[in-house]
Amino acid sequence: MTAALELRGVAKTYPPPTTVTALSDVDLTVTAGETVAVTGASGAGKSTLLSILGTLERPTAGTVRIAGTDTSTMSDPQLSAVRAWHIGFVFQQFFLLDHLTVLDNVATGLVYRGMPATARREHATRALERVGLADRMRHRPAQLSGGERQRVAIARAVAGRPAVLLADEPTGNLDTANGREIVRLLASLGDTTVVLITHNAAVAEAMARRIRLEDGRIVDDSGGAA
Amino acid sequence: MSLRSRLRAADAVSIGTAGIRARRTRSILSALGIAIAIAALVAVQGVAESSKRQLLDELGRQGNLLTVATGQTFDGRPTPLPLTAQAMIARIPPVLATTAVGNIDGATVRRTDRIPPQNTNGIIVLAAQPSLPATLSARMLRGSYLGAVAEQYPETVLGYSAARSLGIDRLDAQTQVFIAGRYFTVIGVLDRVDVAPEIDTAALVSFGVADRWFGLGGVPTRIYLRVHPDRVAAVAAVLGPTAYPENPRNVQVQRPSDLIVARLQAKNAFVGLFLALGAIALLIAGVGIANIMVISVLERRAEIGLRRALGARRRDVAAQFLLESALLAVVGGLAGLGLGCLATLVAARLAGNPTAIPPKTLLAGLAAALLVGTLAGLYPAARAARLPPADALRTL
Repeated sequence: MTAALELRGVAKTYPPPTTVTALSDVDLTVTAGETVAVTGASGAGKSTLLSILGTLERPTAGTVRIAGTDTSTMSDPQLSAVRAWHIGFVFQQFFLLDHLTVLDNVATGLVYRGMPATARREHATRALERVGLADRMRHRPAQLSGGERQRVAIARAVAGRPAVLLADEPTGNLDTANGREIVRLLASLGDTTVVLITHNAAVAEAMARRIRLEDGRIVDDSGGAA
Repeated sequence: MSLRSRLRAADAVSIGTAGIRARRTRSILSALGIAIAIAALVAVQGVAESSKRQLLDELGRQGNLLTVATGQTFDGRPTPLPLTAQAMIARIPPVLATTAVGNIDGATVRRTDRIPPQNTNGIIVLAAQPSLPATLSARMLRGSYLGAVAEQYPETVLGYSAARSLGIDRLDAQTQVFIAGRYFTVIGVLDRVDVAPEIDTAALVSFGVADRWFGLGGVPTRIYLRVHPDRVAAVAAVLGPTAYPENPRNVQVQRPSDLIVARLQAKNAFVGLFLALGAIALLIAGVGIANIMVISVLERRAEIGLRRALGARRRDVAAQFLLESALLAVVGGLAGLGLGCLATLVAARLAGNPTAIPPKTLLAGLAAALLVGTLAGLYPAARAARLPPADALRTL
């Protein structure tokens, strides 16, 4: 199996005044199509790990390979291209744009691919059908429930069918029923590689592989194909 | 991985305007600053240009008017020109028309004989010819000009300021003034004559009356002449010897339109000052936009983080805020142009001037708004672009 994501000896230390070591010497290989839950206490380095996997941050040491390509020498436009074409993000706070309709929020996920507006809307419509929100396309985010908003955010992340989906506490702001629905949705994305951060044991159990971080190191890795 | 991150121009504009549309009140208030400054700049230029246009029109009409006079005596009275002067000047080929006035020394003009003779109001008495209104392009404000009757009988026409000083604002058969011991019927009042201010403060009588009662003897003290517009300088050069062959150096030749040129220059000086004030207003409006944009960047950290996560390059984020700032200023600038034109129109109408707004001013106003908006957006845009995406997403 090819590695969708690969970290080798990755460390991240934030510069002064904080001077916090968020990750140290992390080796991690995520194969294509794998679903991975990352757990750990607050401050264990989960979000930093996700940011580095998503090229939103550069490590202070080590290498990050995405679909086999080393990202350490990439320029800002090249990293932006990786995010635009290969990675979808889902956040705890949804980050929907209030002034746009649900359809346009999802279509915004493809705007930095240089795709024409009509094609973006077609992709967005299909993505919204996949998450069961075909009847909410003309609504504004403020008119939706929390669960629906997170489904819009997932539709935005998967509208361009990225190889990798990174989710940072996607169920953190939702009740149990809605949380379960989101997890079911993420687990059903087929060949998409999913890495999600969670505090919730039930959510972690729904993923094929579970990694636990402690003080910036992987202390437990279970259920993986390797 | 040869795929590129790319933002279409139409999408960049749409994203740039989205921020403006999402915060309407704030956008309108920020644009208002620019609108007021641009309106002020356009109105200053427009109002000045309109009144300049009026002066230039006047200059065009009056540029071919020359006056010939001699020096003054020690007590300030004009010395007379030779009797033949007017006839000689009229024979110079490019001279189109002439008219002469003769100063009647020591004559006072009063409303009645009860007014003490010392209260002269600065009004002088001039003998004038029937050709005066045509030669000076002078218009009658009220009544009519001196005609054949005035050659025989005591009739007078008052200059604009003289009529005001005497408190004469309407005419009837009984309207009389007391000139040098005799009542004269006021038959007309002249409108202001910009190129011959001495006419404004004078009471005009006919040469016939002046000869009979004041012993003027037909002697002119000043001759006005209209010349072919292309030959003004040539005629001016020969006027001295023609008017007073025995003593040409004693003759003063003037071009009254020089007064208009001086007024034009004075106006330009004021325009410079007001334009500087307008530019300061524009600068302040620009600082206002920069301030609002910095606040906007702080408020929209999450959006910036999200866009970076979706694949926006630093330059895309910078373009978004730069475009937003420039668009705000351009919208304000367009509103300002409209307001400025309206203000110019109203001001010109009130002053009775023709409306003149140079297209250059409109283009410059729009360009200035765009420049200020772009400069105001540079720092906020750079700040937004430099924001590390992971930090921006950790905002909440």
